[in-house]
Amino acid sequence: MIRRNAVGAADLLRLGLFGLRTRPTRVVLSALGIAIGIAAMIAVVGISSSSKAKLDQVLAALGTNVLTATKAQGFGETPPLPETAVASAQRQDDVLAAAGVGKVEQGYVYRNPFVSPLETKGIGTMAAWGDVPAVLGGGTASGRWLDTRPDAVDQVVLGSEAAAALGIDHVRPDSRVWTGGRWIQVVGVLEPMQLAPDLDSQVFVPLGTARRLGFTGNPSAVYTRVDPERVHQARDVLARAIRPDQPALVGVTNPSDALAAKNATDDSFTGLLVGIGGVALLVGGIGVANTMVITVLERRAEVGVRRALGARRRNIRDQFLVESLLLSLLGGVVGVVVGIGVTTVFAIVNGAPVAVPPWAVVGGLGSTVVIGGVSGIYPAARAARIPPTSALAAV
Amino acid sequence: MSAADRGVPADPVVALRDVVKTYGDVHALRGVSVDVRAGELVAVVGPSGSGKSTMLNIVGTLDRPTSGTLTIAGNGVDAMRDDDLSALRAEHIGFVFQHFHLQAGATATENVADGLLYTGTPRRERQRRAVAALERVGLGHRVDHRPHQLSGGEKQRVAIARAIVGEPTILLADEPTGALDTASGAAVLELLRELNAAGTTVLVITHDLELAAVLPRRVRMRDGAVQEDSQGVPTDARVLAETIRADGTGLVGAYGSSGDAADRGAGR
Repeated sequence: MIRRNAVGAADLLRLGLFGLRTRPTRVVLSALGIAIGIAAMIAVVGISSSSKAKLDQVLAALGTNVLTATKAQGFGETPPLPETAVASAQRQDDVLAAAGVGKVEQGYVYRNPFVSPLETKGIGTMAAWGDVPAVLGGGTASGRWLDTRPDAVDQVVLGSEAAAALGIDHVRPDSRVWTGGRWIQVVGVLEPMQLAPDLDSQVFVPLGTARRLGFTGNPSAVYTRVDPERVHQARDVLARAIRPDQPALVGVTNPSDALAAKNATDDSFTGLLVGIGGVALLVGGIGVANTMVITVLERRAEVGVRRALGARRRNIRDQFLVESLLLSLLGGVVGVVVGIGVTTVFAIVNGAPVAVPPWAVVGGLGSTVVIGGVSGIYPAARAARIPPTSALAAV
Repeated sequence: MSAADRGVPADPVVALRDVVKTYGDVHALRGVSVDVRAGELVAVVGPSGSGKSTMLNIVGTLDRPTSGTLTIAGNGVDAMRDDDLSALRAEHIGFVFQHFHLQAGATATENVADGLLYTGTPRRERQRRAVAALERVGLGHRVDHRPHQLSGGEKQRVAIARAIVGEPTILLADEPTGALDTASGAAVLELLRELNAAGTTVLVITHDLELAAVLPRRVRMRDGAVQEDSQGVPTDARVLAETIRADGTGLVGAYGSSGDAADRGAGR
């Protein structure tokens, strides 16, 4: 005799939107909490992802197959690498290319002979084997790399910081520096070496020049480009090749690992920001619940009228639940937009690609739906309990 | 006499039998029995506190009697679950409130269409019928107006359109002219009479004796009991006697002769 009827999803949506539309100020203020929380979350994840994307770009350009061999770090005095270290490394099957540098003690360069010998500006001199910038994935900003043949004439290449300190940003025919009591021609300036930043403050000379400056002949670091498929095995191979008798005296590191590790240390900070975002979301959810409770109190007459028109308890409950969901979702959408905006600004400023992971957006919006649902349960249940006689009781 | 004379079914569309409603120690209704038959236009009249609002709540199935039975359109509602009562209201009962209770911000059409929202009618159909209902109450030119753009009388017409859009078995009006000026009130009353003439059963709750006087049947309430029913449905003699003793007035008093109005109602 009595028809069973349900209010359709489209009608619920329309009712919910209408409920929000007629109270814009309240909607904006209560959605704000959710928006801030979601924006913080999205921005944190986005900035972190963008940084990682930038690092990935750098590593992709530099390669992750560079291994650096130095004398082992440990207690007591460790002997330096043997003079033949670069050549030994080069002979291994897993090693595609090898180069090396050796510190020239007391090798200092000056802009001209009139500078006090004490003003070294922290610039050291390195003897070079092979094409150091090529192995490290760097390049020359100006000029060319050294001619490292044994009979090469005296010449010098400047690391990027060293070049800046010496006031030489560009190689010209008359570019020269004063070292060891005479002028040496500058033939090149390097770009920053991301895999070996300590080289940026150095200048590089051929072995012959280095020996005239008092170089002992022992490399301080051997840089190798190894087979990308065999990076792990190459570590042992390299140590044994350089010191067959005592490979433990050779320390082999992967500088791209160090770069990644440096980036990973930011994660604790990220955790803090995510925590703050979570608190903002929680407070936002309470704000939505509060707003909904007040809305329900104010709309007793409307609920009564709807009950009189034939609304069942669950129709009333659904109406307010949908309103709560929409309110929360609105905050979530605004938060996602703001979060992506913040990430974009960060990425542009830092020259990183904009990377907001889809899971963060989906997760953000999903959590607002959950928040809206949870926040709406109590007010909606309250609304459903309003007696139909409220239509007549209210003025 | 009227129902049988006009050839309408003898079964009443609304039947209250010995309905009692108490709120704690307060006896709002003390055994009320009233029948309303299809096509009637009935005024329930009485001063505030007489129990007429309680009666409206119970007839409208918004509230349940403490004891006694209520039948609406042949459905015994006493044992119905809340959901079934809601469906019954959606299908059989139209409400008009003193303070209109329109949705601010929604157009007249949207407000009227809400009267069908809980009947499972598709939206397009609701809109179409809402416009038709607005035309029926003489507001065909106000379909897109919002409540704040309408006069009090027009708002009440929108509310009446919302009540009749589902073609209810009975239209319940609670002080429909109470918030209106005299002219608007008269026009709204005239509209209710027109709707009744066209076949809608109408029950008007009012404390306005003048308004009640022009309606064909009056049920006078006092202290929770029917003091007088101009149609002559017998009331509980004991309650009646108590009422007479209590206020000293007679059965037929200031509210006019009962016979004329009943005849007028029957003559339609």
